Amino acid sequence: MSGEVTVLTPTGMLGYGYREADFESCVRAGVDAIVVDSGSTDPGPSMLGLGHTLVTEESYLRDLRPMVRAVHRHRIPLLIGSAGGAGTDEQVDQMVELLRRIAVEQGIALRVAAIYSQLPRSVVRERLAQGRIEPNARGELPSESDVDSSEAVVAQIGAEPFEAALSGPVDVVVAGRAYDPAPYAAFLVPRGIEPGIAWHIGKILECGGVCAEPKGGGALATARADSFDIKPMGPEQRCTPLSVAAHTLYENSRPDLLAGPGGVLDVGGCAYEQLDERTVRVSGSRFEPTPRRLIKVEGAAITGHRCIFIGGIHDPVLIGQLDDFLARVEAETAELHPELAAGSASVRFHVYGRDAVMGQREPNPVPGHEVGILGEVVAETPEAAKAICTSARIGVLHLNYPGQLATAGNLALPLTPLDNPIGPVCAFSLYHLMEADGLEHAVVREEVGA
Amino acid sequence: MTALRELAKVIRSKNAGPHEITFDVMFTDEATFARVRDSGVLTPERLARLYRADVSHVRVCTFFAPALAFKLTLVRFGDQGGAGERDTFGAQQHAPLLDVEVP
Repeated sequence: MSGEVTVLTPTGMLGYGYREADFESCVRAGVDAIVVDSGSTDPGPSMLGLGHTLVTEESYLRDLRPMVRAVHRHRIPLLIGSAGGAGTDEQVDQMVELLRRIAVEQGIALRVAAIYSQLPRSVVRERLAQGRIEPNARGELPSESDVDSSEAVVAQIGAEPFEAALSGPVDVVVAGRAYDPAPYAAFLVPRGIEPGIAWHIGKILECGGVCAEPKGGGALATARADSFDIKPMGPEQRCTPLSVAAHTLYENSRPDLLAGPGGVLDVGGCAYEQLDERTVRVSGSRFEPTPRRLIKVEGAAITGHRCIFIGGIHDPVLIGQLDDFLARVEAETAELHPELAAGSASVRFHVYGRDAVMGQREPNPVPGHEVGILGEVVAETPEAAKAICTSARIGVLHLNYPGQLATAGNLALPLTPLDNPIGPVCAFSLYHLMEADGLEHAVVREEVGA
Repeated sequence: MTALRELAKVIRSKNAGPHEITFDVMFTDEATFARVRDSGVLTPERLARLYRADVSHVRVCTFFAPALAFKLTLVRFGDQGGAGERDTFGAQQHAPLLDVEVP
């Protein structure tokens, strides 16, 4: 096996669960590291804005226990990226605390290196003023108040802080917000794997078995200098050239050039070859380092408080004139609540069964025989949101309309309470590339457990 | 004419960061890939029209031979996960592509 390095990712997201028996048999067959991603911006900005974790503590503990056992038994490192969901410093500390609990439970000692990647707002404000932040994908630069209103700001780190963490004796690396493939590159490149191969493995494996058919669970990659083999962790799944190539494209704007901290992965010349029933060999991945070091900065701000109601409409007379009706409800609600006209609060209706998923992009706006209405009110305070939501809900429930036969009520309401405050609403205030020179990410080492 | 859903193995949508939604269409053989590519049906103008988007919001619209794939990337409406969000993960925006007719 000389010159080959195997990394295992038991699940695409820490806390989503995986089959322990499949994991154990892969570990027994020999892996050199376990890498697992714990965060994403896909669930929206509220994890970063509110400090919420992606799954519960119990789910993290369930997923971590077998990994910690494997780390201890086989003396292989575990690398965790984007701890907790958003990768704030607090979420890194929470993850270290969970590892401490498991180490105590199992009566073992774990050497943990924690990487902190939260940024002070002052650093971002200063670099914004110096013109060292690039416009986002919509072509917008942040304003100073976007920076100041951010509840937390994290930087998506590249491979370097992971390499620093791995340079000393360590069992588990817990990183704050990180570019998903970065821990893979940090482990593989110093072991003689071409950077293009290492980053490509990271790009595919960070989602675990999503690259397999059927998708799901974990996957492992065996790398050598200039190619890698990828196969799913579950014996009933298989990788095919299409499933692996398809995953290379996944979640990227472009199919060929995948930009990240430190460089661009070029998969334009890749070959995908079926090696055996379940394994695909990939070669031809290239990594082009970028001369200027840029880092993705993420910030989230609270933009209001939300209250919702949900209900169904089955009356065809009303469904036939729903847009006019909802506009009248909104106008009547605005008469009662001047915040709506002033623009500090908003009412929106999502009509399920008719354009709710695609909105104005829907090419086929045909109503069904019943539609669901989600009323969404956002205002400056939870109290204002609830008051406006109640008015809007009463409007939908009782406002009259031309041709009305059903005079007892317009809405089938499944929930009581009828109006439900669901907490603060967040928005990404920052999602921009920033010049990274001079930024340091602290690596803190400690021993937890027995 | 054949619907794209009859020709492709994968048709999906997903966020590419919080400001873009990307669409992947994957084929299993080169002949089908070439048929769709050469049909000229999947153009920025037509797809912008299908998605009722401005053509300037089409960021990527390209065929990619190494993966027998077509990729479309659109600028996302509104703030991801913010007030008025319809699809936080961007995972259910692909359906209009299923019925695109290919000669």
